[in-house]
Amino acid sequence: MSVDAATVKRIARLARIRIDESEITSYQGELNAILGFVEQLQEVDVDGVEPMTSVTPMTLRRRDDRISDGGYAERIVSNAPLSEDNFFMVPKVVE
Amino acid sequence: MTDLTKLSLADARRALADKSFTATELTGAYLTAIEAANPSLNAYVAVTGEQALEMAKASDEKLAKGQGGSLEGIPLGIKDLFGTKGVHTQAASHILDGFKPEYESTITSQLWRDGAVMLGKLNMDEFAMGSSNETSFYGPVVSPFRAQGSNANLVPGGSSGGSAAAVAAWLCAGATATDTGGSIRQPAAFTGTVGIKPTYGRCSRWGVVAFASSLDQAGPIARTVEDAALLMTSMSGFDPKDSTSADLAVPDFAAAVERGVKGLTIGVPREYRMDGMPSEIEKLWSQGLEWLVAEGATVKDISLPHTKYALPAYYIVAPAEASSNLARYDGVKYGLRVSGKDITDMYELTRAAGFGREVKRRIMIGTYVLSAGYFDAYYVKAQKVRTLIKKDFEDAFNLGVDAILTPATPSAAFGIGDEALAADPVAMYLNDVFTVTVNMAGLPGIAVPAGKDAKGLPLGLQLIGKPFDEETLFAAARIIERSADTDFSPTPWW
Repeated sequence: MSVDAATVKRIARLARIRIDESEITSYQGELNAILGFVEQLQEVDVDGVEPMTSVTPMTLRRRDDRISDGGYAERIVSNAPLSEDNFFMVPKVVE
Repeated sequence: MTDLTKLSLADARRALADKSFTATELTGAYLTAIEAANPSLNAYVAVTGEQALEMAKASDEKLAKGQGGSLEGIPLGIKDLFGTKGVHTQAASHILDGFKPEYESTITSQLWRDGAVMLGKLNMDEFAMGSSNETSFYGPVVSPFRAQGSNANLVPGGSSGGSAAAVAAWLCAGATATDTGGSIRQPAAFTGTVGIKPTYGRCSRWGVVAFASSLDQAGPIARTVEDAALLMTSMSGFDPKDSTSADLAVPDFAAAVERGVKGLTIGVPREYRMDGMPSEIEKLWSQGLEWLVAEGATVKDISLPHTKYALPAYYIVAPAEASSNLARYDGVKYGLRVSGKDITDMYELTRAAGFGREVKRRIMIGTYVLSAGYFDAYYVKAQKVRTLIKKDFEDAFNLGVDAILTPATPSAAFGIGDEALAADPVAMYLNDVFTVTVNMAGLPGIAVPAGKDAKGLPLGLQLIGKPFDEETLFAAARIIERSADTDFSPTPWW
């Protein structure tokens, strides 16, 4: 499988990364080189093989459903490029 | 007085306990060395001198009373991937500009609990994506090593290139590092240092900037096997804040270092004998086996048939997880924001300006393999291959193999700005061909310096162990270190 210029643009859009028209060809070449490299996985017979979900045998731990952390909104927003009254500020999203 | 920075971590620890010098003197010696070397080597992206001296002073107070933890007064460098409260934490990326976390990673908090002193934050490949430390927003780290008769700058490896270079060049007594596909072991091999990637789950991932969560594991880089074991004991342990942390007791790893290899079976995987492998790497590998046999180990030929598929499967799994993990960098919560005409425009412009080329490439590959219609063909397939890779190792261990010996890297360090590598992303990825299988299977692996190439550059061997059996790795690596009996330190030119 290989990607064309339209697919490169679509992927960049999905990834929310702006790319210039002038960059499309080089991204296309690099992505196709990587996809070409991973193509060899097609040789592997995986019939009846379960996909790995956890590298070590473990079950997710459970804990009591109670609040164990929090109550410091000012610390949460302290690194925000823009905040007001402990809210993150973003451009208007609802007209 | 001898140069305090040249002492091993273990020797410095003894000398501090004996009051031969103070933690303040030791920290001062490292800060002086960093000031002199960093303009040339670029190993540190932030030096926390004042904080280091305060921590050293607190250590001196404890040491004076005969108290203190296992690393009391030992100055360490911390990879920029670890969250350190109020201190530069940017994963060497532009997109985390100015980020100073409100929290401390579990691993660093354990090091400070045990008395260690933070010298500063170490350079790395951006978001740990790279094998040469050239993708850092802060520019490449320069290796303290040069080929004989050459002034050309070499890479220290990556992604933990700052950690490896700083340890090798005596700019810290030891360093934290992380390893997703080889990022501890490859730079350790390139710089004549010892680096261990522990078993997945041994060291908490909490507070460490995530790259590929099912593969990421932190560990130490140090100048000796014993030093690495001392650091690892402090860094390990169960953490309820990391859902994949292993609830297991932490052994005293340093106590295992001199245990020897008598009676152990060392596996030699035939698939690691790659076509075109340089003869010096092959020689090094045989030499390592001879050393282990001389100390009472037995060698067994084994097969890990899916080895060649580990790297392609990795380049699906790791970018997929990265594309998801790095979605959080959107110009809203921290770091860089580039304004746009609406919120989507802001996201796109911020991420375009904030991420470097390698990171963008991997996010895009990850986005593609997870996108509708491709998920089964790529991601599910790769995870099935991963099951087979892990089974290969289980089969070998079931045959009575205690540890597996392989080369750490296909070659010694290469030059900064290598054009052939820059032109072909896959060629750079091949650096991790011997290390990446270990991450895919969640196993522990250690790189230990074992010899030098024709140009005098360090070469390393890798030992791979059973899950949570890092002790055997320390013991076997110590035999290689002792048998090599070589000074792997660089000749200072900086």
